[in-house]
Amino acid sequence: MKRTVLYDRHVALGARIVPFGGWEMPVQYAGVLAEHEAVRKRAGLFDVCHMGEVFISGPDSTAFVNGIQTNNVAGMAAGQIVYSVLCDEKGNALDDLLVYRMGPQSWLLIVNAGNCEKDYAWMAAHTGGARVTVQNRSADFGLLALQGPKAVAIAAAVITFPKELKYYNFALASFEGAEVIVSRTGYTGEDGVELMIPAEKTVALWDALMAAGKNAGIAPCGLAARDLLRIEAGYSLYGHELEADIDPLTAGLGWVVKMDHEFIGKGALEGLIPARKKIAFTLEGKNIPRQGFTLLVDGVPAGAVTSGTFSPSLQKPIGIGYIAADKGVSPGATIGVDIRGKRAPARVCKLPFINPGVFK
Amino acid sequence: MEYPDGLHYTKDHEWALEEEGVVTIGITDYAQSELGDVVFVELPEEGTVIKAGEPFGVVESVKSVSDLYTPVSGEVLEINGDLESEPELVNSSCYDAGWMIKIAVSNKKELGELLSADQYADYIKSLK
Repeated sequence: MKRTVLYDRHVALGARIVPFGGWEMPVQYAGVLAEHEAVRKRAGLFDVCHMGEVFISGPDSTAFVNGIQTNNVAGMAAGQIVYSVLCDEKGNALDDLLVYRMGPQSWLLIVNAGNCEKDYAWMAAHTGGARVTVQNRSADFGLLALQGPKAVAIAAAVITFPKELKYYNFALASFEGAEVIVSRTGYTGEDGVELMIPAEKTVALWDALMAAGKNAGIAPCGLAARDLLRIEAGYSLYGHELEADIDPLTAGLGWVVKMDHEFIGKGALEGLIPARKKIAFTLEGKNIPRQGFTLLVDGVPAGAVTSGTFSPSLQKPIGIGYIAADKGVSPGATIGVDIRGKRAPARVCKLPFINPGVFK
Repeated sequence: MEYPDGLHYTKDHEWALEEEGVVTIGITDYAQSELGDVVFVELPEEGTVIKAGEPFGVVESVKSVSDLYTPVSGEVLEINGDLESEPELVNSSCYDAGWMIKIAVSNKKELGELLSADQYADYIKSLK
């Protein structure tokens, strides 16, 4: 089991540590509800050093990057970021990722911790003679996510970056002489930044952000709050909404599948009519739908829950899942969730569950 | 972690306090800590007769769900109605305001089969 460079900080802050994607990570500090509130109202700091960083460079790097993921990145300018999906030949999702254009022949891909080695091996095996260098540099960098309405002001007190930095753009800045990639991105639905920095400077940056955010009410936040916030914001998580047997169209990610370029899996996705449909729902009762629980239409099993939690923002249980497309279920419909043998009525709704202060 | 003397404990992490034939039941400090923030406690109706070792309810936290098992058999005399609107009492006051049900115990001998505070503390240590 691996530990991030911040492990000792987490222990000192009283975090509960759990295994996640091959890493020992903080699941919570003060408590998931308090951390959720900090991010929605003030600011929360997350250790996401476990995420993987794959660098791709070389004369053929643009064509290579364009060919291994579903989004069309050829027209991106340096400083832009897009969300995308890595697919196999069958169109199934190997991972979801962020693609950073660092320069004309230089790219950074940020991938999930648990998939990083698999992704890297897949990419390295699919260069097909292209003039590219693919490097898994996950161990060289730390990654912090600072999220919430006060996040940008706190970050700006520690590092200098353009205030007008746009959503899904990044800038290069410096901290104690080290280069920092400042991205206006996140996984909570709130405004904020993600900061990538050489591993050896990560603890100092964490400490500086915690100190700068003290008066603003910054809170260290764990994986439980991160999961809760992303479900409310309607973001997919690999292992839940995305899996080795789910394609991005079924997952409702058609907006990052661009058919105007060639990529692995395109043939399978072209003309695909998904048999399942991703839905979101709220429950009137108080029991929480959990991953794997059966979804019912007219009392008959028709799908399964992929994520569920209690939404502090809505004060009710919420869930996301897949349901047979031919059931014609759409927002407003009432379905059932089999919660330990009892049918709990659920109202289908649109994603996201809430419209927080996301900066766009 | 606190495990007060005078309470009886189970390996399912419930506690039981007997006073004149009435047993109050809740979950331990270890249990509430493992669950994290509790958001819903599903309890039986008053008058329900429950049997030792069987589930009598469910506790839902943000991240997990657990059945609640009664340490002793008997009729449910009272449930803690405050938990309906303040389930967080289970976290903040697990041995006091966060109690769950009171049972008219039908066989006091069942209490003798439960763990003492010291035995329970040793059991928790063995889990780690």
